[in-house]
Amino acid sequence: MNMCVAVPGKIIEINGDFAKVNIMNNITQVNIKLVSTKVGDYVLVHAGVVIEVMKKDMAEEIILMFSELQEDADEDARASKR
Amino acid sequence: MKTLEQVKDELKNYDGKPIKIMEVCGTHTGSIFKNGIRSLLSPKIQLISGPGCPVCVTSSSYIDRLVELSRLEKHCVLTFGDMMKVKGSEYSLTEAKAIGGNVQILYSPLLAIQKAMDDQDTQYIFAAVGFETTTPIYALMMDEILNKNINNLKLLTSLKTIVPALTFICENEEGIDAFLSPGHVSAVIGSNAYQTLREQYKKPFVIAGFEGEHILAAVYEIVSQIKSGDCQVKNMYPSVVTEDGNYKAQKLVDQYFESTDDYWRGIGVIEGSALSLREQYRDYDAGSVGRIQEEKQPIGCRCTDVILGRIQPIECPLFKKVCSPLSAVGSCMVSSEGACGIWYKNI
Repeated sequence: MNMCVAVPGKIIEINGDFAKVNIMNNITQVNIKLVSTKVGDYVLVHAGVVIEVMKKDMAEEIILMFSELQEDADEDARASKR
Repeated sequence: MKTLEQVKDELKNYDGKPIKIMEVCGTHTGSIFKNGIRSLLSPKIQLISGPGCPVCVTSSSYIDRLVELSRLEKHCVLTFGDMMKVKGSEYSLTEAKAIGGNVQILYSPLLAIQKAMDDQDTQYIFAAVGFETTTPIYALMMDEILNKNINNLKLLTSLKTIVPALTFICENEEGIDAFLSPGHVSAVIGSNAYQTLREQYKKPFVIAGFEGEHILAAVYEIVSQIKSGDCQVKNMYPSVVTEDGNYKAQKLVDQYFESTDDYWRGIGVIEGSALSLREQYRDYDAGSVGRIQEEKQPIGCRCTDVILGRIQPIECPLFKKVCSPLSAVGSCMVSSEGACGIWYKNI
């Protein structure tokens, strides 16, 4: 019951301003009034409310992140040679 | 593509100028321990905690007001669990409960709505504490209060905003080279919120997620930026954070709240660093306005230095001696998001 913690979950059913979300195999009801979302979306839940819809798969994000680091490193190397 | 091994290798063998990186979110502090990030870094890269735990920076006069309200007849204070052990000038909410105060823990502020509807003879007060991640939920709560015409639920606010706090640190504290910006606050405010800070103070502001890989990559990004001298705002948590943040949430917050000065425990008053209910909604405020007052730290407690990144928690003379989560002297030891509490559990 901490106020800062937000956890990812998957929307499995929507009823008006509320949705059932699967958070690590626990099904819980959350408020979705702060976002536009649909069944199947991964969302970030904080204190019973969805605060954001996740745009990418986390694994995909981490791969992308490391690709970008290489691009940044290449750019820095080019800049230092100039 | 940069491999994780290469990143680890470069960070471990970094031998440039010393770099001090402040992580502003307690969840980052926890994740740094959980993933052993410090052991993967060169001694020249130091990670240090900042003022990102809302519980730790809530003033004792705010707790005093909650205690006072909890002890009034037919009153009930509702709160998140991590506020229970924070000391006011005399009592914490746990202690207030022990001496007859009416205090209940809720998982979500929205659960207070049904509670107030079910028992209309009791005046409920929600301890509305938090940063930008949590404030939209209090705005939703206000929406429900008005839509359902609830007259027995009020908010006592201590709602902090992160950018004025970072500005304060950049202005007043020397030696912090970069910031690991909070992932979930940034989901609401957006990565562009740090642009002015970056332009003014020429430091990297890198937003990170909470997995070990996220933090390691963000530290690598910060080190790369400092090496190249090109400091930027970089969003390394794009699955959740966008440039502009959650517009719906921001709009709702703006509808009910306005910027105000506030007292930060261990720091003092920071201009424009909080949100309070707008004038037209003050009937729903339980006495938040006008309670700013200077406070003294407990003798020997170095929470101020911890919050401002001057020392690590283990450098405080009270740490693990007279100050522990069960008997906390300073507020940083109380919350599971507080730097001292996290260090206590992990070292």
